Amino acid sequence: MHNQEEEKIFLDKIDKEIKIEPKDWMPEQYRKTLIRQISQHAHSEIVGMLPEANWITRAPSLRRKATLIAKVQDEAGHGLYLYSAAETMNISRDEMIEQLHSGKAKYSSIFNYPTLSWADMGAIGWLVDGAAIMNQVPLCRCSYGPYARAMIRICKEESFHQRQGFEILLTLSKGSEAQKQMAQDSINRWWWPSIMMFGPNDDASPHSKQSMAWKIKRFSNDELRQKFIDVCAEQVKILGLTLPDEKLKWNEERKHYDFGEINWEEFWNVVNGNGPCNKERLAARVKAHEDGAWVREAAAAHAKKNPRPLKGRLATV
Amino acid sequence: MNELINYTLQLADNSLILGHRNSEWTGHGPILEQDIAISNIVLDLIGQARNFYQYAAVLINNSTNQQFNQSTTEDTLAYLRNENEFKNCLLVEQPNGDWAKTILRQFFFSAYQFYLYQHLQNSNDETIAAIAEKSLKEVTYHLRWSSEWIIRLGDGTEESNSRMQKAIDDLWMYTDEFFEASSYELFAANEGFGAGVSLLKKDWMKKVKDVFDEATLSVPAELKQQIKWFGKEGKHSEHLGYILTEMQFLQREYPNSIW
Amino acid sequence: MEEQNSISNDDGNNSPSGARGNEWPLWEIFIRSKNGLDHKHAGSLHAADAEMAIENARDVYTRRMEGVSIWAVESKYIHASNPDEASSLYDPANDKLYRHPTFYDLPDELRNM
Repeated sequence: MHNQEEEKIFLDKIDKEIKIEPKDWMPEQYRKTLIRQISQHAHSEIVGMLPEANWITRAPSLRRKATLIAKVQDEAGHGLYLYSAAETMNISRDEMIEQLHSGKAKYSSIFNYPTLSWADMGAIGWLVDGAAIMNQVPLCRCSYGPYARAMIRICKEESFHQRQGFEILLTLSKGSEAQKQMAQDSINRWWWPSIMMFGPNDDASPHSKQSMAWKIKRFSNDELRQKFIDVCAEQVKILGLTLPDEKLKWNEERKHYDFGEINWEEFWNVVNGNGPCNKERLAARVKAHEDGAWVREAAAAHAKKNPRPLKGRLATV
Repeated sequence: MNELINYTLQLADNSLILGHRNSEWTGHGPILEQDIAISNIVLDLIGQARNFYQYAAVLINNSTNQQFNQSTTEDTLAYLRNENEFKNCLLVEQPNGDWAKTILRQFFFSAYQFYLYQHLQNSNDETIAAIAEKSLKEVTYHLRWSSEWIIRLGDGTEESNSRMQKAIDDLWMYTDEFFEASSYELFAANEGFGAGVSLLKKDWMKKVKDVFDEATLSVPAELKQQIKWFGKEGKHSEHLGYILTEMQFLQREYPNSIW
Repeated sequence: MEEQNSISNDDGNNSPSGARGNEWPLWEIFIRSKNGLDHKHAGSLHAADAEMAIENARDVYTRRMEGVSIWAVESKYIHASNPDEASSLYDPANDKLYRHPTFYDLPDELRNM
């Protein structure tokens, strides 16, 4: 078949909401866009483990400790589902990890901010996971089958993450003055970076249009951001705390909240590697990978030497 | 009564401190799949600790000679006791080191827990028996997982073999503590709610030798260093102080707060 | 995350996988969610050997009580049909409606059939 004919079939499927599957013909640019998006999404999950893992050993109760570990572990799982989805497009996980470590591939900038207090576990759950969910729910209908399926699984599992975050903040907001302050300070630090997670304004987002046409993306950055702000502006009232934006105000005409100017200079600065924790986050990932090299090598060597299953040789286990 | 409380606390402390150590791996594992695996083990261990702490809290709150002023909970036990009140064995507080050392620490402990909980399932204390029975399923898996890793690493590459052997040299001296009974363990064994720990040694040693054989690793001929102090009696290595400082800081910094 | 789509100039890497020596093989995981049901494809993961694949699958895909039985197959042993041949493989079944029970026109009085 000629490419033109194949492209017509492809676009036809997109049009009819038929999922594109790994072995189907697809435009090269569609494949590249998806590999970039899925792998960066995977990297975000993996790097995103670090700021929260930072508080596992200091979690203030056993229940909080267990739920935080379960949450960070889920993120590892989500990274894994996403790497697997990308691996259906003829790229190996090793290659993707190499791109992350060399700085060639990006991850969500939000994880380059430090977690300075316990309340940050709450703010991350509520705001960062909240923003992520807002982005991710439409991806469950993404035109590429493996990505959509991974996202469905992820969204199902994510629902507890945001709730546990909000519960942490709610508990702090009802606690002592010091705890309340801790919560407010945390929201003050995480609010703006969270709404930056939706990416640049639509007019400054060059790839968006094509992604929308291919039904990789369903809503524009600004649409999702507005939706998120509208939701949070209401939720924060339950906490009895405030969002750090003086211009945040309900606009009866638009039926949306108006909000202040986003500091895009800060955004690009962090994206380009100059955020507070860019170096630490990447260094931690590189170190884990390098420290693990001998382990991966040993297990591979053992498997090669012993094609017979281990279990047969371990009668008592 | 004090012996039963101490005995229960010891079971809790062992699981908590090992869980705490293992949780330092979360986000830093050698490969994503194993990051998830060790985090799962952490969750099992913390779950065990919580069950035992909750039971200990009930015992303490019911006892006439209250040791604590405020009402005791799982969290006051984990977060407000001092180093010398913790009863975990020295092995579980040892630093993670590399993957070999972490795996070996897990294997030694899981094998010990495996035989211990088999006995405790028949404890005449119903709560201990029930927790042991539930936990044994988890421990069986931890033992299988760590055994397989011992074999992979022992029999993997030259480097992994020598790392394993080094881990054995580092940790072997802490294993004797499992089988040296503290006063409350002796009492527990006599009363029938605990296990005679010295009796577990034979099975444990056989298990270790079987797995080491398969892994082409060897047990040290004799102890180079005899440990003369015991975590289970509240005498710890320097490591525990740092663990608790980190773990307890929020509870200590903001007393009487709800989290 | 949308921000990433728009910022990277990198076009992704498209070279064939498996070229690198030390990566653990990829496995496809099938989970039986309840007794009596079929195993269903859950996803994939990396593992050095079969035991590890099963154990990883347990930790990755059954953290929320999703399974009672696991199959693991190394991905390289999965053979997939070619989508280009879909029409010749599956379309011929379209006109064989007589394989379906609703094809047969029977009186309503007929019971238990």
